[in-house]
Amino acid sequence: MIERLAHQLIENHSDFSDTILVGLQPRGVEFTNRILDKLMQISKNKNIKSGSLDITFFRDDFGRRESPIEAQELDMNVSIEGKNVVLIDDVLFTGRSIRSALDALMSFGRPSQVELMVLIDRRLKRHLPIQPNYVGKTVDSILSEKVIVRWNSKNTEDEIILLKSENE
Amino acid sequence: MSKLSVEHLLSIKNLTKKDIELIFRTADNFKRIINQPIKKVPTLRDITIANLFFENSTRTRLSFELAEKRLSADVINFSSASSSVKKGETLIDTVNNILSMKVDMVVMRHPNPGAAEFLSRNVDALIINAGDGAHEHPTQALLDSFSIREKLGKVKGKKVVIIGDILHSRVALSNFHCLQKLGAEVRVCGPSTLMPKYLDSLGVKHFTDIKEAMSWCDVANILRIQLERQDVNYFPSLREYAMVYGTNKELLDSLEKEIVVMHPGPINRGVELSSDVADSDHSIILDQVENGVAIRMAVIYLLASKLKK
Repeated sequence: MIERLAHQLIENHSDFSDTILVGLQPRGVEFTNRILDKLMQISKNKNIKSGSLDITFFRDDFGRRESPIEAQELDMNVSIEGKNVVLIDDVLFTGRSIRSALDALMSFGRPSQVELMVLIDRRLKRHLPIQPNYVGKTVDSILSEKVIVRWNSKNTEDEIILLKSENE
Repeated sequence: MSKLSVEHLLSIKNLTKKDIELIFRTADNFKRIINQPIKKVPTLRDITIANLFFENSTRTRLSFELAEKRLSADVINFSSASSSVKKGETLIDTVNNILSMKVDMVVMRHPNPGAAEFLSRNVDALIINAGDGAHEHPTQALLDSFSIREKLGKVKGKKVVIIGDILHSRVALSNFHCLQKLGAEVRVCGPSTLMPKYLDSLGVKHFTDIKEAMSWCDVANILRIQLERQDVNYFPSLREYAMVYGTNKELLDSLEKEIVVMHPGPINRGVELSSDVADSDHSIILDQVENGVAIRMAVIYLLASKLKK
Protein backbone atom coordinates (compact mmCIF):
# COMPACT_ATOMS: atom_id res chain seq x y z
CA MET A 1 0.00 0.00 0.00
CA ILE A 2 2.81 2.35 0.97
CA GLU A 3 4.65 1.53 -2.22
CA ARG A 4 1.63 2.45 -4.32
CA LEU A 5 1.18 5.75 -2.44
CA ALA A 6 4.86 6.53 -2.92
CA HIS A 7 4.56 5.92 -6.66
CA GLN A 8 1.54 8.20 -6.84
CA LEU A 9 3.53 10.92 -5.11
CA ILE A 10 6.41 10.53 -7.53
CA GLU A 11 3.99 10.78 -10.45
CA ASN A 12 2.76 14.16 -9.27
CA HIS A 13 5.87 15.64 -7.74
CA SER A 14 8.67 14.09 -9.85
CA ASP A 15 11.88 15.25 -8.16
CA PHE A 16 10.32 16.77 -4.99
CA SER A 17 12.33 19.98 -5.34
CA ASP A 18 9.31 22.11 -4.43
CA THR A 19 7.55 19.61 -2.25
CA ILE A 20 7.44 19.18 1.51
CA LEU A 21 5.88 16.23 3.28
CA VAL A 22 4.27 17.22 6.56
CA GLY A 23 3.16 14.55 9.03
CA LEU A 24 0.56 15.33 11.66
CA GLN A 25 1.37 14.58 15.28
CA PRO A 26 1.13 12.08 16.74
CA ARG A 27 0.27 9.25 14.38
CA GLY A 28 0.83 10.80 10.99
CA VAL A 29 4.52 11.16 11.68
CA GLU A 30 5.32 7.46 11.64
CA PHE A 31 3.36 7.09 8.40
CA THR A 32 5.34 9.99 6.90
CA ASN A 33 8.59 8.27 7.81
CA ARG A 34 7.47 5.09 6.08
CA ILE A 35 6.58 7.04 2.97
CA LEU A 36 9.91 8.84 3.07
CA ASP A 37 11.85 5.59 3.38
CA LYS A 38 9.95 4.13 0.46
CA LEU A 39 10.44 7.24 -1.67
CA MET A 40 14.18 7.17 -1.11
CA GLN A 41 14.28 3.48 -1.95
CA ILE A 42 12.42 3.98 -5.21
CA SER A 43 13.80 7.26 -6.47
CA LYS A 44 17.21 7.32 -4.77
CA ASN A 45 16.40 10.96 -4.01
CA LYS A 46 17.85 11.92 -0.63
CA ASN A 47 16.72 15.55 -0.63
CA ILE A 48 13.06 15.15 0.14
CA LYS A 49 12.08 17.72 2.74
CA SER A 50 9.72 16.88 5.56
CA GLY A 51 8.35 18.24 8.80
CA SER A 52 5.87 17.44 11.49
CA LEU A 53 2.99 19.54 12.68
CA ASP A 54 1.16 19.67 16.00
CA ILE A 55 -2.44 20.83 15.83
CA THR A 56 -3.33 20.86 19.53
CA PHE A 57 -3.73 24.63 19.81
CA PHE A 58 -5.72 24.84 16.58
CA ARG A 59 -8.36 22.26 17.47
CA ASP A 60 -11.99 23.33 17.58
CA ASP A 61 -12.91 21.29 20.64
CA PHE A 62 -11.00 23.30 23.25
CA GLY A 63 -12.79 23.14 26.61
CA ARG A 64 -15.26 20.57 25.28
CA ARG A 65 -13.16 17.61 26.34
CA GLU A 66 -12.75 16.16 29.79
CA SER A 67 -9.09 17.06 29.98
CA PRO A 68 -7.01 19.01 27.50
CA ILE A 69 -4.83 17.17 25.04
CA GLU A 70 -1.15 17.60 25.68
CA ALA A 71 0.68 19.15 22.79
CA GLN A 72 3.40 17.23 20.96
CA GLU A 73 6.62 18.39 19.53
CA LEU A 74 6.54 19.97 16.14
CA ASP A 75 9.35 20.26 13.72
CA MET A 76 8.94 22.73 10.89
CA ASN A 77 12.44 23.80 10.06
CA VAL A 78 11.64 24.09 6.39
CA SER A 79 9.99 27.10 4.82
CA ILE A 80 6.68 26.25 3.17
CA GLU A 81 6.36 29.61 1.43
CA GLY A 82 5.41 28.96 -2.19
CA LYS A 83 5.94 25.20 -1.87
CA ASN A 84 3.70 22.23 -2.52
CA VAL A 85 2.81 20.71 0.79
CA VAL A 86 1.52 17.18 1.26
CA LEU A 87 -0.21 16.77 4.60
CA ILE A 88 -0.01 13.22 5.86
CA ASP A 89 -2.14 11.52 8.51
CA ASP A 90 -3.11 7.98 9.33
CA VAL A 91 -6.91 8.07 9.50
CA LEU A 92 -9.26 10.62 7.97
CA PHE A 93 -12.72 10.60 9.53
CA THR A 94 -14.61 13.77 10.40
CA GLY A 95 -12.10 16.04 8.70
CA ARG A 96 -11.80 18.29 11.73
CA SER A 97 -8.16 17.46 12.40
CA ILE A 98 -7.31 18.31 8.82
CA ARG A 99 -9.15 21.63 9.13
CA SER A 100 -7.05 22.40 12.22
CA ALA A 101 -3.93 21.23 10.42
CA LEU A 102 -4.60 23.64 7.55
CA ASP A 103 -4.83 26.50 10.04
CA ALA A 104 -1.68 25.38 11.80
CA LEU A 105 0.13 25.02 8.48
CA MET A 106 -0.80 28.52 7.30
CA SER A 107 0.85 30.02 10.37
CA PHE A 108 4.18 28.97 8.87
CA GLY A 109 3.62 30.81 5.62
CA ARG A 110 1.67 30.60 2.38
CA PRO A 111 2.15 27.34 0.50
CA SER A 112 1.33 27.36 -3.20
CA GLN A 113 -0.63 24.12 -2.98
CA VAL A 114 -1.70 21.74 -0.23
CA GLU A 115 -2.55 18.09 -0.80
CA LEU A 116 -3.73 15.45 1.63
CA MET A 117 -2.56 11.85 1.94
CA VAL A 118 -4.19 9.42 4.33
CA LEU A 119 -3.65 5.75 4.98
CA ILE A 120 -7.29 5.08 5.81
CA ASP A 121 -10.23 7.11 4.58
CA ARG A 122 -13.38 6.54 6.62
CA ARG A 123 -15.48 8.19 3.97
CA LEU A 124 -18.83 8.17 5.77
CA LYS A 125 -19.70 10.76 8.41
CA ARG A 126 -17.40 13.53 7.23
CA HIS A 127 -18.23 16.75 9.13
CA LEU A 128 -16.46 19.08 6.74
CA PRO A 129 -15.99 19.21 2.98
CA ILE A 130 -12.50 17.67 2.94
CA GLN A 131 -11.30 15.05 0.47
CA PRO A 132 -7.91 13.33 0.38
CA ASN A 133 -5.78 13.31 -2.77
CA TYR A 134 -4.04 10.04 -1.97
CA VAL A 135 -5.76 7.22 -0.12
CA GLY A 136 -4.26 3.98 1.10
CA LYS A 137 -7.57 2.27 1.68
CA THR A 138 -11.16 3.41 1.89
CA VAL A 139 -13.23 1.99 4.73
CA ASP A 140 -16.97 2.25 5.15
CA SER A 141 -17.31 2.22 8.89
CA ILE A 142 -19.99 3.51 11.18
CA LEU A 143 -19.56 5.98 14.02
CA SER A 144 -19.44 3.44 16.85
CA GLU A 145 -16.58 1.60 15.20
CA LYS A 146 -13.00 2.59 15.70
CA VAL A 147 -10.10 2.29 13.31
CA ILE A 148 -6.69 1.80 14.86
CA VAL A 149 -3.45 1.78 12.93
CA ARG A 150 -0.54 0.11 14.66
CA TRP A 151 2.95 0.65 13.39
CA ASN A 152 5.20 -2.00 14.73
CA SER A 153 8.81 -1.17 14.94
CA LYS A 154 10.55 -4.52 14.98
CA ASN A 155 9.83 -7.97 13.62
CA THR A 156 6.07 -7.83 13.99
CA GLU A 157 3.84 -6.68 11.19
CA ASP A 158 1.99 -3.40 10.91
CA GLU A 159 -1.71 -3.82 11.39
CA ILE A 160 -4.91 -1.92 10.79
CA ILE A 161 -7.71 -2.93 13.11
CA LEU A 162 -11.39 -2.21 12.80
CA LEU A 163 -12.98 -2.36 16.25
CA LYS A 164 -16.70 -2.77 16.70
CA SER A 165 -18.15 -1.34 19.88
CA GLU A 166 -19.25 -3.96 22.35
CA ASN A 167 -22.90 -3.06 22.74
CA GLU A 168 -23.74 -3.84 19.15
CA MET B 1 -2.05 13.79 33.50
CA SER B 2 -2.61 16.87 31.47
CA LYS B 3 -4.69 18.84 33.93
CA LEU B 4 -3.72 21.25 36.68
CA SER B 5 -4.75 20.34 40.21
CA VAL B 6 -5.90 23.90 40.93
CA GLU B 7 -8.77 26.06 39.65
CA HIS B 8 -6.92 29.36 40.03
CA LEU B 9 -3.26 30.31 40.00
CA LEU B 10 -2.98 32.08 43.34
CA SER B 11 0.40 30.97 44.59
CA ILE B 12 3.16 28.50 43.90
CA LYS B 13 2.64 27.11 47.37
CA ASN B 14 -0.54 25.30 46.39
CA LEU B 15 0.80 23.91 43.11
CA THR B 16 2.23 20.41 42.97
CA LYS B 17 5.50 19.45 41.34
CA LYS B 18 3.46 17.76 38.59
CA ASP B 19 1.56 20.99 37.95
CA ILE B 20 4.80 22.89 37.51
CA GLU B 21 6.19 20.26 35.15
CA LEU B 22 3.00 20.32 33.11
CA ILE B 23 3.19 24.11 32.85
CA PHE B 24 6.81 23.82 31.67
CA ARG B 25 5.99 21.20 29.04
CA THR B 26 3.12 23.33 27.76
CA ALA B 27 5.33 26.43 27.77
CA ASP B 28 7.90 24.57 25.63
CA ASN B 29 5.25 24.29 22.93
CA PHE B 30 4.20 27.90 23.24
CA LYS B 31 7.81 29.02 23.06
CA ARG B 32 8.04 27.28 19.69
CA ILE B 33 4.84 28.99 18.62
CA ILE B 34 5.98 32.50 19.52
CA ASN B 35 9.07 31.91 17.39
CA GLN B 36 7.01 30.96 14.33
CA PRO B 37 6.39 33.39 11.47
CA ILE B 38 2.80 33.72 12.69
CA LYS B 39 2.89 33.82 16.44
CA LYS B 40 -0.78 33.44 17.14
CA VAL B 41 -2.97 30.42 17.73
CA PRO B 42 -6.78 30.48 17.73
CA THR B 43 -7.22 28.37 20.87
CA LEU B 44 -8.96 30.86 23.17
CA ARG B 45 -11.10 32.56 20.53
CA ASP B 46 -14.22 32.78 22.66
CA ILE B 47 -12.63 33.62 26.00
CA THR B 48 -12.44 37.08 27.53
CA ILE B 49 -9.77 38.00 30.03
CA ALA B 50 -9.64 41.10 32.22
CA ASN B 51 -6.26 42.40 33.34
CA LEU B 52 -6.79 44.27 36.58
CA PHE B 53 -3.73 46.13 37.76
CA PHE B 54 -4.20 47.95 41.04
CA GLU B 55 -0.47 48.55 41.16
CA ASN B 56 2.01 49.78 38.58
CA SER B 57 3.54 47.30 36.19
CA THR B 58 5.06 47.37 32.73
CA ARG B 59 6.63 44.02 32.07
CA THR B 60 4.08 41.77 33.71
CA ARG B 61 1.10 43.57 32.24
CA LEU B 62 2.52 43.64 28.72
CA SER B 63 3.61 40.05 29.04
CA PHE B 64 0.16 38.90 30.15
CA GLU B 65 -1.51 40.96 27.47
CA LEU B 66 0.72 39.55 24.75
CA ALA B 67 0.21 36.02 26.03
CA GLU B 68 -3.55 36.52 25.94
CA LYS B 69 -3.48 38.01 22.46
CA ARG B 70 -1.24 35.26 21.10
CA LEU B 71 -3.88 32.80 22.30
CA SER B 72 -6.57 34.88 20.53
CA ALA B 73 -8.42 35.74 23.73
CA ASP B 74 -10.28 39.03 24.00
CA VAL B 75 -8.58 41.34 26.46
CA ILE B 76 -9.74 44.26 28.55
CA ASN B 77 -7.31 46.29 30.60
CA PHE B 78 -7.84 48.17 33.75
CA SER B 79 -5.51 50.16 35.91
CA SER B 80 -6.60 51.63 39.19
CA ALA B 81 -5.28 55.10 38.45
CA SER B 82 -8.04 55.79 35.95
CA SER B 83 -10.93 53.93 37.55
CA SER B 84 -13.83 54.06 39.98
CA VAL B 85 -11.66 52.56 42.69
CA LYS B 86 -10.68 56.16 43.31
CA LYS B 87 -14.38 56.87 43.92
CA GLY B 88 -14.54 54.33 46.74
CA GLU B 89 -15.80 51.17 45.04
CA THR B 90 -14.82 47.91 46.79
CA LEU B 91 -12.70 45.25 45.12
CA ILE B 92 -15.51 42.70 44.96
CA ASP B 93 -17.91 45.24 43.47
CA THR B 94 -15.39 46.35 40.89
CA VAL B 95 -14.66 42.79 39.83
CA ASN B 96 -18.31 41.69 39.83
CA ASN B 97 -19.17 44.62 37.60
CA ILE B 98 -16.48 43.57 35.18
CA LEU B 99 -17.60 39.95 35.32
CA SER B 100 -21.19 40.85 34.50
CA MET B 101 -19.83 41.98 31.15
CA LYS B 102 -19.15 38.27 30.56
CA VAL B 103 -15.49 37.97 31.43
CA ASP B 104 -14.15 34.45 31.99
CA MET B 105 -10.80 35.04 33.61
CA VAL B 106 -9.21 37.73 35.74
CA VAL B 107 -5.50 38.49 35.94
CA MET B 108 -4.93 40.68 38.96
CA ARG B 109 -2.11 42.56 40.60
CA HIS B 110 -2.93 44.15 43.91
CA PRO B 111 -0.86 45.83 46.65
CA ASN B 112 -2.46 43.76 49.43
CA PRO B 113 -1.18 40.25 50.19
CA GLY B 114 -3.93 37.67 49.76
CA ALA B 115 -6.04 39.85 47.46
CA ALA B 116 -6.14 37.18 44.75
CA GLU B 117 -7.08 34.47 47.23
CA PHE B 118 -9.80 36.70 48.66
CA LEU B 119 -11.18 37.38 45.20
CA SER B 120 -11.18 33.71 44.23
CA ARG B 121 -13.44 32.95 47.19
CA ASN B 122 -15.86 35.76 46.51
CA VAL B 123 -16.37 35.99 42.77
CA ASP B 124 -17.17 33.49 40.06
CA ALA B 125 -14.21 33.60 37.67
CA LEU B 126 -10.80 32.06 37.18
CA ILE B 127 -8.19 34.14 38.95
CA ILE B 128 -4.52 34.44 38.07
CA ASN B 129 -2.40 36.21 40.63
CA ALA B 130 0.01 38.62 38.94
CA GLY B 131 1.49 39.70 42.25
CA ASP B 132 -0.23 40.43 45.56
CA GLY B 133 1.78 42.79 47.75
CA ALA B 134 4.81 41.15 49.32
CA HIS B 135 3.16 37.71 49.18
CA GLU B 136 3.54 35.84 45.89
CA HIS B 137 4.15 36.40 42.19
CA PRO B 138 3.68 32.88 40.82
CA THR B 139 4.19 33.44 37.09
CA GLN B 140 7.50 35.20 37.74
CA ALA B 141 8.78 32.25 39.77
CA LEU B 142 7.62 29.84 37.06
CA LEU B 143 9.41 31.76 34.36
CA ASP B 144 12.55 32.03 36.51
CA SER B 145 12.70 28.27 37.02
CA PHE B 146 11.78 27.69 33.38
CA SER B 147 14.71 29.91 32.34
CA ILE B 148 17.09 28.01 34.65
CA ARG B 149 15.84 24.73 33.19
CA GLU B 150 16.41 26.07 29.69
CA LYS B 151 19.88 27.40 30.41
CA LEU B 152 21.24 24.59 32.62
CA GLY B 153 19.16 21.65 31.37
CA LYS B 154 17.40 21.01 34.65
CA VAL B 155 16.49 22.68 37.93
CA LYS B 156 16.94 19.71 40.21
CA GLY B 157 20.14 19.82 42.24
CA LYS B 158 21.06 23.36 41.17
CA LYS B 159 22.10 25.92 43.73
CA VAL B 160 20.29 29.23 43.51
CA VAL B 161 20.98 32.28 45.59
CA ILE B 162 18.48 35.13 45.72
CA ILE B 163 20.16 38.42 46.51
CA GLY B 164 18.71 41.62 47.87
CA ASP B 165 15.47 42.81 49.38
CA ILE B 166 13.85 39.50 50.36
CA LEU B 167 11.59 41.09 52.98
CA HIS B 168 9.51 43.09 50.49
CA SER B 169 9.75 40.64 47.63
CA ARG B 170 6.90 38.52 46.35
CA VAL B 171 9.26 37.17 43.70
CA ALA B 172 11.49 35.70 46.39
CA LEU B 173 8.74 33.86 48.24
CA SER B 174 7.31 32.37 45.04
CA ASN B 175 10.81 31.40 43.96
CA PHE B 176 11.52 29.61 47.26
CA HIS B 177 8.44 27.43 46.82
CA CYS B 178 8.99 26.82 43.12
CA LEU B 179 12.69 25.97 43.34
CA GLN B 180 12.25 23.77 46.38
CA LYS B 181 9.41 21.85 44.74
CA LEU B 182 11.62 21.24 41.73
CA GLY B 183 14.47 19.98 43.90
CA ALA B 184 16.86 22.93 43.75
CA GLU B 185 18.63 24.32 46.80
CA VAL B 186 17.84 27.97 47.57
CA ARG B 187 19.68 30.39 49.78
CA VAL B 188 19.49 34.12 50.18
CA CYS B 189 21.98 36.93 50.52
CA GLY B 190 21.54 40.50 51.66
CA PRO B 191 21.53 42.77 54.69
CA SER B 192 19.94 41.14 57.75
CA THR B 193 17.44 43.98 58.00
CA LEU B 194 15.94 42.91 54.67
CA MET B 195 15.47 39.26 55.64
CA PRO B 196 11.98 38.04 56.56
CA LYS B 197 11.35 35.97 59.67
CA TYR B 198 9.91 33.02 57.75
CA LEU B 199 13.28 31.99 56.22
CA ASP B 200 13.97 29.39 58.92
CA SER B 201 10.59 27.73 58.52
CA LEU B 202 11.30 27.27 54.80
CA GLY B 203 14.81 26.00 55.48
CA VAL B 204 16.42 28.81 53.50
CA LYS B 205 19.92 29.70 54.68
CA HIS B 206 21.25 33.22 54.70
CA PHE B 207 24.59 34.56 53.44
CA THR B 208 25.76 37.95 54.62
CA ASP B 209 28.80 37.96 52.37
CA ILE B 210 28.04 38.23 48.66
CA LYS B 211 31.37 36.74 47.60
CA GLU B 212 30.66 33.63 49.64
CA ALA B 213 27.15 33.41 48.20
CA MET B 214 28.43 33.77 44.64
CA SER B 215 31.06 31.08 45.03
CA TRP B 216 28.42 28.69 46.37
CA CYS B 217 25.76 29.12 43.71
CA ASP B 218 25.11 28.10 40.09
CA VAL B 219 22.52 30.81 39.59
CA ALA B 220 22.23 34.24 41.17
CA ASN B 221 18.79 35.81 41.03
CA ILE B 222 19.23 39.46 41.90
CA LEU B 223 16.29 41.45 43.17
CA ARG B 224 15.60 45.14 43.01
CA ILE B 225 15.73 47.26 46.14
CA GLN B 226 12.06 48.19 46.49
CA LEU B 227 12.40 51.68 47.87
CA GLU B 228 8.70 52.33 47.39
CA ARG B 229 7.85 49.59 49.90
CA GLN B 230 10.45 50.54 52.49
CA ASP B 231 8.81 52.59 55.19
CA VAL B 232 11.97 52.95 57.31
CA ASN B 233 15.63 52.94 56.37
CA TYR B 234 16.85 49.37 56.25
CA PHE B 235 20.40 50.27 55.23
CA PRO B 236 22.44 53.49 55.39
CA SER B 237 22.42 54.45 51.71
CA LEU B 238 21.97 53.06 48.21
CA ARG B 239 25.62 53.82 47.54
CA GLU B 240 26.69 51.69 50.45
CA TYR B 241 24.30 48.90 49.42
CA ALA B 242 25.77 48.95 45.91
CA MET B 243 29.28 48.65 47.33
CA VAL B 244 28.48 45.78 49.71
CA TYR B 245 25.80 43.82 47.86
CA GLY B 246 26.00 45.09 44.29
CA THR B 247 26.94 42.56 41.61
CA ASN B 248 29.60 43.74 39.20
CA LYS B 249 32.00 42.29 36.67
CA GLU B 250 34.90 42.35 39.07
CA LEU B 251 33.01 40.13 41.49
CA LEU B 252 32.02 37.63 38.78
CA ASP B 253 35.56 37.57 37.37
CA SER B 254 36.94 36.72 40.79
CA LEU B 255 34.88 33.50 40.90
CA GLU B 256 36.30 30.16 39.82
CA LYS B 257 33.24 29.20 37.78
CA GLU B 258 30.73 30.82 35.49
CA ILE B 259 27.41 31.55 37.11
CA VAL B 260 24.10 32.53 35.57
CA VAL B 261 22.76 35.97 36.49
CA MET B 262 19.02 36.64 36.58
CA HIS B 263 16.91 39.64 37.48
CA PRO B 264 13.12 39.91 37.45
CA GLY B 265 13.31 43.59 36.44
CA PRO B 266 13.10 46.50 36.53
CA ILE B 267 16.84 46.85 37.05
CA ASN B 268 18.29 49.75 38.98
CA ARG B 269 21.53 49.85 37.06
CA GLY B 270 24.48 50.62 39.28
CA VAL B 271 22.65 49.64 42.46
CA GLU B 272 22.02 45.90 42.72
CA LEU B 273 23.49 45.14 39.30
CA SER B 274 26.13 46.93 37.26
CA SER B 275 25.64 47.57 33.57
CA ASP B 276 28.59 45.46 32.47
CA VAL B 277 26.99 42.40 34.11
CA ALA B 278 23.43 43.13 33.02
CA ASP B 279 24.56 43.22 29.38
CA SER B 280 27.06 40.34 29.59
CA ASP B 281 26.82 36.68 28.57
CA HIS B 282 26.24 35.73 32.20
CA SER B 283 22.90 37.43 32.17
CA ILE B 284 19.73 35.69 30.95
CA ILE B 285 17.53 38.64 31.83
CA LEU B 286 16.10 39.08 28.35
CA ASP B 287 15.52 35.31 27.99
CA GLN B 288 13.48 35.55 31.18
CA VAL B 289 11.28 38.17 29.55
CA GLU B 290 10.78 36.04 26.43
CA ASN B 291 10.01 32.96 28.52
CA GLY B 292 7.54 35.02 30.52
CA VAL B 293 5.17 35.19 27.57
CA ALA B 294 5.41 31.43 26.95
CA ILE B 295 4.86 30.62 30.63
CA ARG B 296 1.85 32.92 30.86
CA MET B 297 0.38 31.43 27.70
CA ALA B 298 0.78 27.98 29.26
CA VAL B 299 -0.86 29.01 32.53
CA ILE B 300 -3.78 30.73 30.80
CA TYR B 301 -4.24 27.83 28.40
CA LEU B 302 -4.21 25.19 31.13
CA LEU B 303 -6.61 27.11 33.37
CA ALA B 304 -8.93 28.07 30.52
CA SER B 305 -9.30 24.42 29.57
CA LYS B 306 -11.18 24.03 32.84
CA LEU B 307 -13.89 26.46 31.78
CA LYS B 308 -17.11 24.62 31.03
CA LYS B 309 -18.68 25.12 27.64
